[in-house]
Amino acid sequence: MTFSPAARIALRVLMALGLAVIYVPLLVVLVNSVNADKTFGWPPPGFTGRWWAQALDNEGARQAVLTSVKAGLGATATALVLGTMAAFAVSRHRFFGRETVSLVVVLPIALPGIVTGIALSNAFQVVLKPLGIGLGLFTVIVGHATFCVVTIYNNVLARLRRTGTRLEEASADLGADTFQTFWYVTFPALRSALLAGGLLAFALSFDEIIVTTFTAGPGATTLPIWIFNNLFRPNQAPVVNVLAAALIVLSVIPIYLAQRLSSGARSPV
Amino acid sequence: MTAPASTGGADARPAPGPRRRAAALLHRRPRLRLSLLLSAPLAWLVVVYLGALAAIFLTAFWTTDVFTGEVVRQFTLANFRTLLDEPVYRTVALRSLGVAVAVTLIDTAIGFPMALYMAKVARPRYRPYLLIAILAPLWAAYLVKAYAWRVMLQQGGLLDQVLEPFGLSSPGYGLTATVLVLAYLWLPYMILPVYTGLERLPDSLLDASGDLGARPLRTFRTVMLPLVFPSLVAGSIFTFSLSLGDYITVKIVGGRRQLLGNVVYDNIGAANNLPFAAAVATIPVVVMLGYLAAARRTGALREL
Repeated sequence: MTFSPAARIALRVLMALGLAVIYVPLLVVLVNSVNADKTFGWPPPGFTGRWWAQALDNEGARQAVLTSVKAGLGATATALVLGTMAAFAVSRHRFFGRETVSLVVVLPIALPGIVTGIALSNAFQVVLKPLGIGLGLFTVIVGHATFCVVTIYNNVLARLRRTGTRLEEASADLGADTFQTFWYVTFPALRSALLAGGLLAFALSFDEIIVTTFTAGPGATTLPIWIFNNLFRPNQAPVVNVLAAALIVLSVIPIYLAQRLSSGARSPV
Repeated sequence: MTAPASTGGADARPAPGPRRRAAALLHRRPRLRLSLLLSAPLAWLVVVYLGALAAIFLTAFWTTDVFTGEVVRQFTLANFRTLLDEPVYRTVALRSLGVAVAVTLIDTAIGFPMALYMAKVARPRYRPYLLIAILAPLWAAYLVKAYAWRVMLQQGGLLDQVLEPFGLSSPGYGLTATVLVLAYLWLPYMILPVYTGLERLPDSLLDASGDLGARPLRTFRTVMLPLVFPSLVAGSIFTFSLSLGDYITVKIVGGRRQLLGNVVYDNIGAANNLPFAAAVATIPVVVMLGYLAAARRTGALREL
């Protein structure tokens, strides 16, 4: 479509404005993490590294990061297994209710987080409490894994549909059994899809707060919960801001990896 | 590898090991393979998750004893009657719907021109970079972004300073701030499907419309818009659903204007009334199911 010069300029300006709106708040957090003024006066009267040192020293924050990493790893590992199994079932078999599997997998992320949160919390109280398992890291992992399955499922399913079964049939013809074929042929073809899905699952889990609020007992404070608990304490504001800035800086890593993976995925596997 | 090395008949092969036998069994019986593959995911998602959902909606028909705080397991519509009769809940439900609609409209208004620029105006070479620029903030934590706005919205904060020359001031914490921050948070979810839809739209169609004498505005209205409408609806599913259940943003920048999510949260925590919380939680679920059913007719679900 040929846009008039005026329309082009208008769209370009809107794009620039939109990007500015997207990035200015993040920049403000980054600048405030070195803002010498404790109440984030603007413009900053000076710059300091004090808040970063304080945040590194903060025991609660360090524990929260550790808890979040554990929960993220646990949920990602569980989701990797469940998502891959479901993707194999749907892509390689025909069975009654096949279409429904996709719906059930998507549901935990399509429904508002608070619904998933109270449903799981209620189920844990009823089923796990009599068994002596209270709310804690374990229940957080169960909750997170539930909504992380979809990322692995989608990635693996797309990859399985694209690669087809020819290579596996060739492997079987050459005498490999089911497990050997999986290990030497199917799994290597899936690796980057698993990595991409796993990355997304970990990021989802690391960021999640609503389901976590309902499934974490007082013992399991993940980073988002810690930040939220300290958000309204003026004393902790600089430390909270540093953590926020650190998360923004760290988010460059998954962006870079995801980009590498998706550009690598376009080349033949 | 345990592939037979000898060229003798089947009898000359070494007896297959247990792994090989299991593999052969799985190979011969695809139904067994299928049930093993489905067992764990279905046990998790159907028994644990759907079971938990079913249980919570059953709970919505129970009540809590006011004195003991125990759940009374007796079927009653009392919770839903309260929801309908008490004006405060009607107000909150309508307010939540209004917020979700407002966020969706704002994101459409901001997101569509951006997606249009990315897909049709920007040089193809720059498109991947623009896409990264839009998607990158999704990796930054939700809480961090809401927090960033809290700082900007505060009295004497950045918004006050920027708007002062125009005689305006920051809206402060309240409903406007909630809508603003939610629209900010979910904007990439709107841009992405619309961009994909627009990129797939062949330029030749738009050119043909122009060649046949349609003005750009007419081409936009009668060719482009109907074709990307499913993508727009797909984006709106995210902006609408994510706004409808939110209570964290409200707590951070919303002041005292509560949404449905807050009512649910408060009834679980402070009020210790799980049945009523469950009843309130059915509202966003029913609305979302209706929305999804309507969206399905436009073909939007294939755009997700």
